[in-house]
Amino acid sequence: MIELLDVHKRFLQNVVLEGVSLEVKDGETVALLGPSGVGKSVTLKMINGLLRPDLGDVIVDGLHVPLLGRKELAQLRSKIGYVFQYGALFDSMSVAENIRLGITDETCYNDEKFCENRVLECLRLVNLPPEVATKLPAELSGGMKKRVGIARAIAGQPKYLLYDEPTSGLDPVNADVIDGLVERLRDELGVTSVVVSHDVRGSFRVADRVALLWQAKIRAVGPPDQILASKDPAVLQFLERDLEMTLIQAEGVARGRNV
Amino acid sequence: MSNGAALTLGPLRLVARWSLRTADHAGRFSFLIADMFRGLAEWRIWVPRTLDQATAVGYGSLFIVLLVAGFAGAVTSLQTGYQFTGALPLYYAGAVISESMILELGPVLTALILAGRIGARYAAELGTMRVTEQIDALESLGRSPVSHLLIPRVVAGLLVIPALTMFANATGIVVGYLTAKGSLGLTYGDFEYGARYFFRPLDLWYSAIKSGCFAAALTTIPCYLGFNTQQGAEGVGRATTQAVVSASVAILMLDAVITKLLLVAK
Repeated sequence: MIELLDVHKRFLQNVVLEGVSLEVKDGETVALLGPSGVGKSVTLKMINGLLRPDLGDVIVDGLHVPLLGRKELAQLRSKIGYVFQYGALFDSMSVAENIRLGITDETCYNDEKFCENRVLECLRLVNLPPEVATKLPAELSGGMKKRVGIARAIAGQPKYLLYDEPTSGLDPVNADVIDGLVERLRDELGVTSVVVSHDVRGSFRVADRVALLWQAKIRAVGPPDQILASKDPAVLQFLERDLEMTLIQAEGVARGRNV
Repeated sequence: MSNGAALTLGPLRLVARWSLRTADHAGRFSFLIADMFRGLAEWRIWVPRTLDQATAVGYGSLFIVLLVAGFAGAVTSLQTGYQFTGALPLYYAGAVISESMILELGPVLTALILAGRIGARYAAELGTMRVTEQIDALESLGRSPVSHLLIPRVVAGLLVIPALTMFANATGIVVGYLTAKGSLGLTYGDFEYGARYFFRPLDLWYSAIKSGCFAAALTTIPCYLGFNTQQGAEGVGRATTQAVVSASVAILMLDAVITKLLLVAK
């Protein structure tokens, strides 16, 4: 389980998070929505200890992340897969080497045969052909880079998956492919996921619950249906501005949701 | 705050702000160095990467280092001839050229050239990795960026730069001799006599120690600045410029300090 308890974070005078609390249950997928620059990625980075809160606590798998030492944090991170906004692939390494780095168990990491098989398995899970393994990141399209980033994140068979804007910068077709992938990994691997996004449509598709981060605070949390039905002016403003409500409602109806 | 606004601050506040910033840098730099010492235990990670870095940095820098050393040797030789001809015995030229190269020109010029070449490379590489979240990605995979990225670069520099300096010394002396032979008519016997007369084996150690200290400065400072880059492409540019300038200034300051210490030791 992931818990954020009254988290505060500021960078100089800029207050990013102010008393943010959120709970992500085991096996659940929560989408963290909000406009650009509202602190979604900061929240995600606090979950795996890349940033520390100024106040409050972050608990992952029963461990208080801000209090963890170097070794404990590395151990916890081996259970967390992190998909970065722009892939964050290592330019000088091939796709296979990038994915191999995601294998966090040292014994497995040093076993050539295991790594080779695991890399191919991860490529298959993200719908990429085995030939991609020998390519360099510079030879891949934006969508393929995202998928390799996801493959690297799942290579270590994590318990938690954190997605930072998995569909940003992609055309609608590729964004749909990535959303489908997130959905499929949730179902196949049964991981606990947090998806940070400002793409409302995709988030509503993949998430069990949605949290709206608005002006440094969590403004609304709940299942997609409940958020869509919200009368909160901030929620409405966000949804109306970014969401293409009609399309979502139409899709919701098409998928049998009570929207 | 804009530059204009900063200029209107009282001098006391400016000094206080500068002091705080310097203390912040000093603290973070110290922690990074401590992290590097701690990371040395993970030798399985950094040793193979060090060899790659050493090959890239050493082999790639050899030509420019030898070129600069050759010109330095030639100019030293010509100036020695200009100043000393008729005033001192000709064999003194051998002493001046070899001692200048070994004690000063070889280590300092090599370090300054490499501050531009290696320093800029390290800062730009690490800065780009920082702003494209590759360093965060490494950390998020439970792997230490210090062992994977910083230690190999610093150790490669510490191994390669003193070696390059020795090559530079040799090249400068040989080119200096050839120039003196052409312009002053200095014989090999005279040159060798002069060079041997003032040479002490300890001079080579001084040269190596000096270049080792310069290597430490010109690798750790760019690594620190690149590793802490912020604000995208502009930040990478700023870090790269700062790395070259800071490393060059540090080399010149270290040169003064070490020369004083070495002369006292002599």
